[in-house]
Amino acid sequence: MKPAPFDYYAPETLEQAVALLEKLENEDVDAKIIAGGQSLMPMLNLRMARPDALVDLGKIKTLDYIRQENGTIVIGAMTSKRAAEDSTLLRDRQPLLHAATGHIGHRQIRNQGTVGGSFAHADPAAEYGAVAQALGMEMVVVGPDGERIIPADEFYLSFLTTDIDATEVLTEVRAPIMPDNTGWAFQEVCRRKGDLAMAGTAVTLRLEAGSCAEVVIAVFGVNATAARLPEAEQVVNGQAPGEAIFAQAGEAAAAALDEPIADVHATADYRRSLIATLVKRCLAEAVERCA
Amino acid sequence: MTALQHVTVTVNGITYERSVDPRLSLVDFLRHELHLTGTHVGCEHGVCGACTIIKDGMAVRSCLLLAVQSDGTNLQTVEGLRNAETGELHPIQQAFIDEHGLQCGFCTPGFLMSTLELLADNPSPTDQEIKDALDGNLCRCTGYQSIIKSVRLAAAKTSGGKLAGTHGSA
Repeated sequence: MKPAPFDYYAPETLEQAVALLEKLENEDVDAKIIAGGQSLMPMLNLRMARPDALVDLGKIKTLDYIRQENGTIVIGAMTSKRAAEDSTLLRDRQPLLHAATGHIGHRQIRNQGTVGGSFAHADPAAEYGAVAQALGMEMVVVGPDGERIIPADEFYLSFLTTDIDATEVLTEVRAPIMPDNTGWAFQEVCRRKGDLAMAGTAVTLRLEAGSCAEVVIAVFGVNATAARLPEAEQVVNGQAPGEAIFAQAGEAAAAALDEPIADVHATADYRRSLIATLVKRCLAEAVERCA
Repeated sequence: MTALQHVTVTVNGITYERSVDPRLSLVDFLRHELHLTGTHVGCEHGVCGACTIIKDGMAVRSCLLLAVQSDGTNLQTVEGLRNAETGELHPIQQAFIDEHGLQCGFCTPGFLMSTLELLADNPSPTDQEIKDALDGNLCRCTGYQSIIKSVRLAAAKTSGGKLAGTHGSA
């Protein structure tokens, strides 16, 4: 057995899960929630994570859904990534979130891994981070004091760290429906298909009277958290689309980054260079989709 | 030692009940507790795909699941492919033999189970769809060309007729 020993709990309702987390917290037990486990299990197997207790949400069947509520797509936290990938509602009404899902890991990972698990794990290279920032998504968490709604820009705090409290459970993520006439693009670069991305970019924009408007550029995989880059957005807003202005936005994006992550997969300079290229390509792809 | 957990799981049509340490992975449970050693253990962190099995109709990595997480599920492993009555190999297994889809065979159980899910969902996949379905399985000796040919042959042999597919529903 590779993981260090832990106690295991499998509550059957959200209320039971929250009460259990509160009890464990009061007893000073280091508890960790497991959803699909596709990020946590490697960390347990490598003993990078050694929690005293695991709280498995797998028996809670009420957190598995994708539906439209007014102008919003709401996804239950325990919905599998495969279900999101197969959802025609998501594909038709929130294609950026749908496209990003297909880039996550391999089919076998998406079959077991959950949408909420990826948000809560907050890997810097997670595709959903950039989507959350680009779309201004909202995360719903439930704790002993009830429900709390956290906007994306307050949700991600740092490497693998979110605003979710130790006694809270992420129950739902919400994304606005993509408005008509919106262009979007999602691209990433990895060494092998299915690997964690070295850098990636999400873009949305509109064309108004031949000029780019409401340009949103978000990047991931380069800094501790995914982020929007207003410096690059400003370069394109109000301008006619074209290769030169997109290249300029790419340069502005690269310059606006905090010092990028440097690791065995890529140097900081290479990540900066990838962002310049990806921003340029995503802007061109998004404009194509406006037509 | 933490409290043992009770697990009831169906594997290849047989229901098993066991008490397990919560930290026991599903692949170790299959191999050590149920003695189903056809499922191989490779990287144990979700990279190589050798441990791929079918859980409730979908291909998953059994090294990235705890045995306790499989409680109440319906599993299929490589041992479940062969026809139990006639002993005949599954068309996917036969296709891997016919097209030399294996050399050392270590990765093969994972490739077979990923292929089983692919062809159950999509009986006539394109080469790109085959590559997409198998990109989570690594082979270090045979080479991927003959594996892709094997899947192509399996698809040709089984499309039109119903593939003896995955247990359960996706």
